[in-house]
Amino acid sequence: MASPATPEKVSDVFRLGIDVGGTNTDAVILDAADQVVASAKSPTTADVTTGIVNALQAVLTASQLPSTAIRYAMLGTTHCTNAIVTRRGLSSVGVIRLGAPATRAVEPLITWPADLRQMVCPQAFILHGGHEYNGEPLATLDPREIRAAAQQLKGRVRAVAVTGVFSPVNSEHELRARDILQEELGDDMPVSLSGEIGSVSLLERENATVLNAALIAVARTAIEGFEQAIRQLHIPATLFLGQNDGSLMSVDYALRYPIFTIASGPANSIRGAAYLSQLRDAIVIDIGGTTTDIGILQKGFPRESALAVEIGGVRTNFRMPDLVSIGLGGGSRVHQTDEIRVGPDSVGYRLTEEAKVFGGQQLTATDLAVATGRIQLGDPGQVQALPKRVVEAGLAYISRSLEDNIDRMKLSANPVPVVAVGGGSILFPEQLRGVSMIIRPPHYEVANAIGVAIAQVSGTIDRVFALDTMSRAQALAEAERLARGRACVAGADAASVELLDLEEIPLAYLPGNAVRIKAKAAGTLKL
Amino acid sequence: MNLLDHDALEEIALGATVLGTGGGGDPTLGKLMAQQAVARHGPVQLLPLDQVPDDGWIIPTAMMGAPTVLVEKIPSGTEVLDAFKMLERRLQCRAVATVSAEAGGVNSMIPMVVAATLGLPLVDADGMGRAFPEIQMVTPTLHGVSATPMAIADEKGNQVLLETPDNFWTERLARAVTIQMGCSACIALYAMQGATAKKALVPSTISLAREIGHTLLTCREQKRDPIAALTALLHGRQLCEGKITDVRRRTERGFARGELDIIGTGQDAGTPYKISFQNENLVFWRDGQPEVTVPDLITIVDEQTGLPITTEALKYGLRVIVLGIPCHPQWRTPGGLALAGPRYFGYEIEYIPLGNDE
Repeated sequence: MASPATPEKVSDVFRLGIDVGGTNTDAVILDAADQVVASAKSPTTADVTTGIVNALQAVLTASQLPSTAIRYAMLGTTHCTNAIVTRRGLSSVGVIRLGAPATRAVEPLITWPADLRQMVCPQAFILHGGHEYNGEPLATLDPREIRAAAQQLKGRVRAVAVTGVFSPVNSEHELRARDILQEELGDDMPVSLSGEIGSVSLLERENATVLNAALIAVARTAIEGFEQAIRQLHIPATLFLGQNDGSLMSVDYALRYPIFTIASGPANSIRGAAYLSQLRDAIVIDIGGTTTDIGILQKGFPRESALAVEIGGVRTNFRMPDLVSIGLGGGSRVHQTDEIRVGPDSVGYRLTEEAKVFGGQQLTATDLAVATGRIQLGDPGQVQALPKRVVEAGLAYISRSLEDNIDRMKLSANPVPVVAVGGGSILFPEQLRGVSMIIRPPHYEVANAIGVAIAQVSGTIDRVFALDTMSRAQALAEAERLARGRACVAGADAASVELLDLEEIPLAYLPGNAVRIKAKAAGTLKL
Repeated sequence: MNLLDHDALEEIALGATVLGTGGGGDPTLGKLMAQQAVARHGPVQLLPLDQVPDDGWIIPTAMMGAPTVLVEKIPSGTEVLDAFKMLERRLQCRAVATVSAEAGGVNSMIPMVVAATLGLPLVDADGMGRAFPEIQMVTPTLHGVSATPMAIADEKGNQVLLETPDNFWTERLARAVTIQMGCSACIALYAMQGATAKKALVPSTISLAREIGHTLLTCREQKRDPIAALTALLHGRQLCEGKITDVRRRTERGFARGELDIIGTGQDAGTPYKISFQNENLVFWRDGQPEVTVPDLITIVDEQTGLPITTEALKYGLRVIVLGIPCHPQWRTPGGLALAGPRYFGYEIEYIPLGNDE
């Protein structure tokens, strides 16, 4: 599927956005004014990279642009998620926790599925170090212990993950540990530090940090594959990767924090929906072939989940978009038992063979939509004989399911605007309870690829600040400074960086001398 | 002999969350500690309260401080043993068992570490039958049992022994020590002999927690209604069914205080309900009138799964069922209500005993 290009004038700079989804890999080319020049969809392949190259070639052909016009390529990919779920390509990681004598009551990775733990972690150490909640040392860091651990890990691991107690309050021990480890294992040994990845709650942050370290080689292979593909097509573009808060990161940054690519697809959809609808606060519903993702657009970015998120059976606490996924899509099967139900099973990518309107035998959600005349697709004659009762009950089921889940995601009872995107959003009803308006913007079917192409570069910080030595105002200012700094490190133009969010979270059961602050800053790409 | 293994701990942790009535700290971290101890030292023997020898000493153990800190600065696993042994030395006794001071929340699990590691039985009882925020709020206080001598130990090797004139002073000084130790410490306190324990403790609460957990997990497996099973098991009743429409939180003096609004659905359609909480759920209001109050238990569970929802996880849109569970009769005495009734928590309302009939 590719739409022809109608560029009014060929501007100098074009951007390519690619988003890898579970079913399709979508690609768009935008001009300098962020207008869509061409879009294409291609099936996602098992190796991911082939599907990316196919979509890339299709969109380039459709755009009729010379490949040299593409200067920036933004990739939102599922390589890392797939690697964890399928247990393929993960590196062995040396796991070092700084906290002894504390923390010994629960050893690293004991909650992991056994197969994943054996694959990733040949050896774990609990060494002296770490901090108290107020940033004071918990125990003295002993460089000899770290050197001894490094010698045991030498030749057995491709990355190291370091997790210090209360490193989100004080990163000193983690930073020193990294220096020592690289002295022993070489400067090119990747060392992931937990304070840069997750928030308070040691086990979940440690899990996220170990996964991050295990993914570095996966990310490198994916990025090299993509760079090779764009070189073969003579595209002189600089590459950026989409991260799961709906912003971009440079290749260098992505190689240090590959875990932030996880769930970048839904985040890209939300950002794309924001751009296409010109809304900053809304509920975004991305209906695909098999599933529907419901997320929240808050101040122009995806809302973060407040709870621990499981990835491949591992509980983590790094930032993730707040999403609910339901088994509802264009290919969902309609079940005609005593009560009409739609999904959660789906014909998936076989929609164009199995759905009734395409001459197949399976009644799907798409057939219901065609039967109402709401959309024109395939052969409507195939669904004319469908009892009205079945069509109405099926569509009512879909509406109820959407209404119920929208209501679960809302923050209050007030009606909210909804932006419907994704290939399956033809299923979306004209109106829903609890919804103020429903917007299906142009190019809704490739909102995710648009979202990554137009994304900004962001920096976030989520840390606990001890108020023994600084005031609340100083802590807030420090959080802002750190978030802005991280945005610049990730590739933002310093002059354009704006503070988007500054949130103070009181810590329950703690005396009032510590506060958790989350800050987020974003700016345009440094070109 | 009743042995608690890895899977039993899973069930008890879930049941302890129900008894935690929204607070008490998430038992998950404690469960992982207990499971590691059981993996190394073998299962824990659960000893019925009436089988504790009258002259045998039992020493309750617990964690004190901020659950937020506990999940970050995980214990070493030896500090709780240090506290336990310090009290043994002070009392010049060898304890025959340990016991939970608080069966609701994380402190259902900490004594398991002691029992597994030292090879001692765990008494099937606790000092509350639920969760409460302060040291003196235990049934032994009603029987004149002193919290002190009390041992407090941290992972760094600090050990403090407290002797205080009453259990309110114990709370005050122990809190100060815990903060200095880094806001999380392990404690041993309320040491008592079997004869006293049989009167002063709430019996069978650990096996009750296990039954609750087992019931919820079995209902999930067999797709049975968990709510009916829970109310029957706990002699409680369903207070309402509805949707959370607002959660208002504020942090005061280290407590997560607030209210949540529920609008009734199903058979309760349209009725407004409110729950006031301070870590734990304290008062349930129907249409502006108090209906159930602390020390009775008010637990919020997921409408579908019956799984308990903690105070931190409350949010708009959740479909919930609120359960009322009668507290142990000791809490319904004038002394019990003075210690942990609605007025102690600042609500100018009378305690309304929860019956199990509609």
